[in-house]
Amino acid sequence: MSTPLLTAVWAEPGWRPQLSVREWEALFGQARQSSLLARLAYLHVDKGLLPEVPDGPRPHLEGALRLADRQQHEVRWEVDCIRRALRGVDTPIVLLKGAAYLMADLSTARGRLFSDIDILVPHDRIADTESALFGAGWISDERDAYNERYYREWMHEIPPLRHIHRQSYIDLHHTITPPTSRFKVDGQELLRNIQPLAGYPGLYVLAPVDMVLHSAVHLFQEGEFGHGLRDLLDLHDLFADFQGRPGFWDALLNRADGLGLQIPLFHATFHLRRLFQFSPPPQFLERLEKMGPNPVSRTLMAWMLGLALRPDHPSCDSRWTGLARWLLYVRSHALRMPMRLLVPHLLRKSWMQRFPQKP
Amino acid sequence: MKLEKLSASAVQNKLKSNGLILKIGPFSFRIISPIASVADGLVALYANHVVLDDSHFVDYTVTIASASGWRRWTRRQAIFQFDGMEPFIPLPEDHAFPLLEWSMNWCIAMHAHHYLLLHSAVIEKEGCAVVMPAPPGSGKSTLCAGLVHRGWRLLSDELALISLTGTAITPLGRPISLKNQSIEVMRSFVPGAVFSKEVLDTSKGRVSLMKVPTAHTERIQETAQPRWVVFPKYVAGSLPQMVPRSKANSMLELGRNSFNYMVLGLKGFEVLSKVIDASDCYDFQYSQLDDAVAAFDDLVARRND
Repeated sequence: MSTPLLTAVWAEPGWRPQLSVREWEALFGQARQSSLLARLAYLHVDKGLLPEVPDGPRPHLEGALRLADRQQHEVRWEVDCIRRALRGVDTPIVLLKGAAYLMADLSTARGRLFSDIDILVPHDRIADTESALFGAGWISDERDAYNERYYREWMHEIPPLRHIHRQSYIDLHHTITPPTSRFKVDGQELLRNIQPLAGYPGLYVLAPVDMVLHSAVHLFQEGEFGHGLRDLLDLHDLFADFQGRPGFWDALLNRADGLGLQIPLFHATFHLRRLFQFSPPPQFLERLEKMGPNPVSRTLMAWMLGLALRPDHPSCDSRWTGLARWLLYVRSHALRMPMRLLVPHLLRKSWMQRFPQKP
Repeated sequence: MKLEKLSASAVQNKLKSNGLILKIGPFSFRIISPIASVADGLVALYANHVVLDDSHFVDYTVTIASASGWRRWTRRQAIFQFDGMEPFIPLPEDHAFPLLEWSMNWCIAMHAHHYLLLHSAVIEKEGCAVVMPAPPGSGKSTLCAGLVHRGWRLLSDELALISLTGTAITPLGRPISLKNQSIEVMRSFVPGAVFSKEVLDTSKGRVSLMKVPTAHTERIQETAQPRWVVFPKYVAGSLPQMVPRSKANSMLELGRNSFNYMVLGLKGFEVLSKVIDASDCYDFQYSQLDDAVAAFDDLVARRND
């Protein structure tokens, strides 16, 4: 099975924009489906390759740059609105994922597109935070009592909040994985190491190692792999930003061990090495090797993720892609909840889908 | 090569296999569809458009597929697919050709951020363009169709493509989409015009597309500069009234009618200001197409006053 074009762009150090017209079309389709067109465009800008892109394809990259720049401008604005809305709540506000990368000026933010803003607060401040956001115009669209309870009791976040005027979304978290999950993480533990954002009093981001681990666990716990490759590239760029810091590699392993996130880190490292010639120090790999799952699970996950991390585009589908994605979807649910919760939940959801309640 | 050089069955074969690549304004579309009405519509309305060979880069590949599986037997449906996604809900199969038109608009509106995109008709005379934004039901398409058969050249019926470096407007040159009574109005206003098969009960009512005059398709490369912004409104029984409108308010309204004004940020503001600076702005109310023709010709006659 060939390497998808999109992955090759990042994998080949000497990559040059010399493709056939059919390859350009496939590359753009893969990039659009993976939310990576703007990132692809910035890669060309940063390497000074944009002028080498032929006249036909180039406007697609230029258009994507405009879209990403505008979104980032809006996210900065939203973050400031959130900060002002929460001024009265006496709690640190931790930005997660995209908003954190952007506000902390990490290279991962170059050309990254956004769908919502993720923030984290201590569990016991969720109610205060939610009501302050409510006062500033963010409302919940969740009307269903069962879904509401599902989020509140079993999830690491509350139902999404939508701003009534701007239609922007906030995901409000108290930790980064469901409390019922096999990889459950204590939010308090993360809060202990948060870093203040310069110039934004009251706003924080996770510690570098926690950012990496969050990104890794997010990638392997999600049931939907539409953003799988994007999440893996996030990790790729996070490593590039952080690996030069003294003691980073040991701190990362110790933290993975402490939080119980060894397996997500193992899988993430495996695929970064496979796809992007990622080369961490040998000592790191040696220690990580001992933390990995059993050989059967390794082989199975390597196969499934190998397929699922391909862009979800017709040019990349193989006969097994659908099966692999489905298995990962099932697995993500099995990781999120123990069977005694999962089976009733899925039955309930399928009943609700079949017989939706009249409004 | 023009589409008209291909036989109907050759067009159908291309659509069913690797796709038919059409040059549409500054864009190229690969159209794939097994549905016969798509082929019929293209043969009738895009006869003067250029068919590109496989050596060209294609901007957007649009598939209008038939519903598969059990749905095939219960209800015949047409589905728009792009990059393997289905951005719209499926429609009845006889809506396939209008669905193709809407799909192509969607591709441009969602992706072509190297233009400022206004939801607007654009027509031109002597190098000067009229930008006509208007909400559905205001008679914009009818007016546009009428004027392009009375001396004005069609740039676009739906989408104004405005350059981000100057303010030149690039023609898109697609068929004009007419709804309900407008179809009969245009049939009698332009005897001999070519229309696509009428499609009933779409979300916009009864729809038919009208072919662009051949001479206009020949000039598809010629851009035009904005000179007027006219907000048309059809009011039954009214006399024609061309009333000046404030530039500030016209700019706001154009911004609201844009697909990507917000995406372009400051650049969008700068370009739109230039368009407004260069344009006289009017509200235009009318009920008779002949009155409208006279009123628009008067704009040209008075332009240097």
